Amino acid sequence: MKKYTQKDAPLFDALSEHNLNRIVHFDVPGHKGGRGNKYLTDFLGQACLKADVNSMKPLDNLCHPVSVIKESQVLSAQAFKANEAFFMVGGTTSSVQAMIMSCCFPGDKIIMPRNVHRSAINTLVVCGAVPIYINPGINKQLGISLGMSLCDLKDVITKNPDAKAIFINNPTYYGICSNLKEIISLAHKHDMKVLVDEAHGTHFYFGDDLPPSAMSLGADMSAVSMHKTGGSLTQSSMLLTGQNIDADYVRQIINLTQTTSSSYLLLSSLDIARKNLYLNGKEIFKKTLKYAQYARDEINQIGGYYAYCSELINGDDIYDFDKTKLSVYTRDIGLAGIEVYDILRDEYNIQIEFGDIGNILAIISAGDKEQEIERLISALSEIKRLYQKDKIGMLSYEYINPRLMLSPQKAFYSNKKSILITQSAGRICGEFVMSYPPGIPILAPGELITHDIINYIAYAKEKNCLMTGTRDMEVNYICVVEDV
Amino acid sequence: MELWYYEQHTDNVRFGIKMNRQLLSCESDFQRIDIYDSYEFGRILILDGFLMVTEKDEFIYHEMITHVPMAVNPAIENILLIGAGDGGAVRELCRYSSIKNIDMVEIDKAVVNACREYLPSISCSLSDKRVNIFYEDGLKFVRRKKDIYDLIIVDSTDPFGPGEGLFTKEFYGNCYNALKNNGILVNQHESPYYANDARAMQKAHKQIKSTFPISKIYQAHIPTYPSGHWMFGFASKTFDPIIDLKEDMWNGLNIGTKYYNTDLHKGSFAIPNYVKELLKNV
Repeated sequence: MKKYTQKDAPLFDALSEHNLNRIVHFDVPGHKGGRGNKYLTDFLGQACLKADVNSMKPLDNLCHPVSVIKESQVLSAQAFKANEAFFMVGGTTSSVQAMIMSCCFPGDKIIMPRNVHRSAINTLVVCGAVPIYINPGINKQLGISLGMSLCDLKDVITKNPDAKAIFINNPTYYGICSNLKEIISLAHKHDMKVLVDEAHGTHFYFGDDLPPSAMSLGADMSAVSMHKTGGSLTQSSMLLTGQNIDADYVRQIINLTQTTSSSYLLLSSLDIARKNLYLNGKEIFKKTLKYAQYARDEINQIGGYYAYCSELINGDDIYDFDKTKLSVYTRDIGLAGIEVYDILRDEYNIQIEFGDIGNILAIISAGDKEQEIERLISALSEIKRLYQKDKIGMLSYEYINPRLMLSPQKAFYSNKKSILITQSAGRICGEFVMSYPPGIPILAPGELITHDIINYIAYAKEKNCLMTGTRDMEVNYICVVEDV
Repeated sequence: MELWYYEQHTDNVRFGIKMNRQLLSCESDFQRIDIYDSYEFGRILILDGFLMVTEKDEFIYHEMITHVPMAVNPAIENILLIGAGDGGAVRELCRYSSIKNIDMVEIDKAVVNACREYLPSISCSLSDKRVNIFYEDGLKFVRRKKDIYDLIIVDSTDPFGPGEGLFTKEFYGNCYNALKNNGILVNQHESPYYANDARAMQKAHKQIKSTFPISKIYQAHIPTYPSGHWMFGFASKTFDPIIDLKEDMWNGLNIGTKYYNTDLHKGSFAIPNYVKELLKNV
């Protein structure tokens, strides 16, 4: 077998070779290199359609990789300094699912902060594990949830020594990192696995002057959204595993839910993105950091906005900060983050990642141009000039400690009835309510609905947050558990 | 040997000029810069393949982008010029002894250097002591200014390259903020004729209209620009470009122009019906 280096992209090479061989296709996909669908080919281009092929011997098979996909995964594992790397085609959601399902049986306890992505709690509905929530700290001023405090974790571990794993999002959407090193050491002392949702941390593996990556600190598994900051196509992701994980078992778990028709566009994009990151990552993230810092400095000069950074670090629940993130606090100009987010798009043709009650987040990458960064800064200065309001009456985000009455799975699969949200206080929630993005649940199945939560949902709706999760598309009604 | 330069005005229309010889070809941090000597139009500046200025017809563009606002408010003293790296607008403005200061913000120093060397008849006033040249992004420069300029002239490339940021709402808003209470903004406003240029014109007009209380457009005939029919934007906080035209005062200055005069000033704001239609509901 050929000895590959990081300069190679075995899957990409095999695809190119395959196309040069001019194979006659009597297999799926039926568009046959685009010939069967001219509209689509005109739109996406012939190269794209020609790369959209089915699994076959020369191109390996993601369900049971033995050749070029395996080689590409091995190179990825080396690049990320992991034991194994799995290419995932169901988004980082599928990586998160695979992590939890690999470590928890039905009824097992898993420790996690409540501000996890919906995919983590969704998995609990599927697999029947029970969450033990840790209260993520809240920065009172900014209204953002923070990292995992070591002290809180010790307490929770003492009370739940039988928990199987600790699930942690690092960094958070806002760029906040926990003391992962100590968390891992504490968890391993208690025989618990550490599963890291590193969806927003791909760049930690390749850039300088960034927080340490999960694998470098000895985490057991990590879900890495290559498509977010790594440059692969949307929906492609990677699952990394450490030395104490049985990778063959993980592959079986992945195959429980993974498609058998995985897209070669997604897979080859992972292969090429890994090569690019390994060869050019340092340079790419240096540029990203430079852009982000410039934008922060300029935005802070406008006044009224607060683009925060490593000055927040407190040694505990803000142990480190990802400086590539451009998070900006907007409430001091009297505008909710979601309002600034909407004005930027509707009035200035600028689409940012998200706006919540008090903040906006812009994703900065090496793909940005200096002139476009200037546009964002200038638009923010204009929004302040034209839209600034009194901030009285604005709701600040409070962490509402969830009271888990039933396991998510039990609540989701119980008899439920739909009632008006406004009249649901005191009932047990049977579904999710989320504000998207960031996609962190306001309510999850099994949790007690309180007046505070109902008020928060009403306020988020009034500010035009995109509310999702409920069966009722208008989010006026909510399914509650009928009898316990 | 025949050397022809072609500019693609649309996918299906090309404009060609027979060239004599190439004088310069270089790649700056922002764009490719070419200067040619032609038989019909004299020397020609080309950026990223697009014709910017020729020695033969530049007077039309530069007179129209400067004398129109100057004749509306001859008391203008402090001016911000954005883009304008060839120096043509500066040359026209420097003919007014009443002007005290011209800040010129050009993103690409290499363009200025090329024009100084190869287009002296256009760039001749760049060394005037009233002119301060800043090599930076126009959007960034103007963001930091408040209430100081009488006139801002945006002499930019098309909105599909380094000039992109100069056709945005945030930029016009920043300009509004940088202008004094009686300030005027004049800009290169694209062409109404071919669909892509017309879309850029509509977009620019929409953004300016939502920012300034008075927003008009005027036209000129520029042989080397796509379709030859080119528009300028006149936006201001108080001045109407026709009602407030200081005809006698401007004529008294005796500035000899080749294209501009005060009759043409009034006429240039009379625009064809199809252009009115394009701008009606932007």
